[in-house]
Amino acid sequence: MNINQDQILFEEIMPGGWNRSHILKAGTALRITDLEGGANVSAIFYNARNTTERYNMPDTLKAQFISCIAKGCVCYSDMGRVLVSVIDDSCGWHDTISGVSNAMTNQRKYGLNPYQEARNNYYRNGLDSLLLELAKHGLGKRDLVAPVNFFTKIGVDQEGNMAHVPGNSKPGDYVDLQAEMDILVVLCSCPHPLDPNPEYAPKPVKLTVWRSAIVPEANPCRSYCPQNERGFVNTAEYRL
Amino acid sequence: MTIATLKESTLDPARAVYDAVLPAGEHWIHPIKKGQTFRIVDLEGNQAVDTIFYSARDYSERYSAVDTIREQGNVYLSTGSRLLSSESNTMLTITADTCGRHDTLGGGCSAESNSVRYPREKRYMHNCRDSFMKGLLQWGQGMDKREITHNINFFMNVPISPDGKSTFADGISEPGKYVEMRADMDVICLISNCPQLNNPCNAYNPTPVRLLIWD
Repeated sequence: MNINQDQILFEEIMPGGWNRSHILKAGTALRITDLEGGANVSAIFYNARNTTERYNMPDTLKAQFISCIAKGCVCYSDMGRVLVSVIDDSCGWHDTISGVSNAMTNQRKYGLNPYQEARNNYYRNGLDSLLLELAKHGLGKRDLVAPVNFFTKIGVDQEGNMAHVPGNSKPGDYVDLQAEMDILVVLCSCPHPLDPNPEYAPKPVKLTVWRSAIVPEANPCRSYCPQNERGFVNTAEYRL
Repeated sequence: MTIATLKESTLDPARAVYDAVLPAGEHWIHPIKKGQTFRIVDLEGNQAVDTIFYSARDYSERYSAVDTIREQGNVYLSTGSRLLSSESNTMLTITADTCGRHDTLGGGCSAESNSVRYPREKRYMHNCRDSFMKGLLQWGQGMDKREITHNINFFMNVPISPDGKSTFADGISEPGKYVEMRADMDVICLISNCPQLNNPCNAYNPTPVRLLIWD
């Protein structure tokens, strides 16, 4: 999907291992671009007006009979509404069942590298990064739910065994998330805990907020399944 | 980790310190102390027992489905599964299981998710998240909707396929099957004995379960 320069509201590079949040207004979209390939961006979405309404992984999976996020599907809140629709995606698989790194998983994999020694290159983890960003909005541990891990693929075999699949996202791969209501997006770019790279090597991404303005009636995610048609109706009622 | 590790328990129900039947569609909130063993018995078969655990010391530390499955490397729960908290502490360990596998990705039903998954009028039906809310309000202590995190569905079968799809399949449990777990910390257990009437996975027939605790 091409974005014209006059549609872009702002753009910036988010370095690997960092956290960021943004209020994304309905009708605008966030494009996340994996600049180098192999990035991981953990994201949680909240209703900006009532943050007790939040992304719900199980409702998202069972409404659409999926186990990962990809083009055409939507992310549901726990209130039966569509928070974001995945209007474009060059990657094809984004994990949502395996959570984020934490101090324990980081230490197990990378050892310790505190600020006192590494300065701004110290090892940051997903859990602490998300909690930091949530705290800026008055939110905390009770608001933390399973995120979407954009650009990461965790395969599941017939027996249920999970494995990180390398090479899922290539340099330049992107995903476009259109807000279907005003939402708070909380992001972090720490490495995925199942990424087998023994070195702490978080990847940068580009964030582009742009005027997408795909109306719900014309949104291809709406016709993905009959459940999404009903989800969009619920969302339209909330926006009245 | 391999799943479907069937294992029977040697515990005698006559020696349980707690033994009660939870009817279909009811909620239950109850402390389980470190070292105690908790058993859920699927009395009539294929009943979904939607369950969340909280640390009794700090309710903001709670069961985490995604940390649990990632750390064991498998999406299903059975004997040997350590149920991890949002802070990666072991809350309970499954010590016996005669069913074979349990879901933790399908979540609990709600009025709102009913209105998406089924025809619109199905919003107005008794559901798990209302039962969770009743339990949380009963417990008090400032617990509210934010406590409703991703739960375990004991005895439910939600296959995840290699091509990125998921389904609610027919159950693999039977009358009398049970799952048993030992508490590794003091926890509060919140259960909704699922009242869902729209899903063939329970044959459209919610049924009672038996709950036992041993010291």
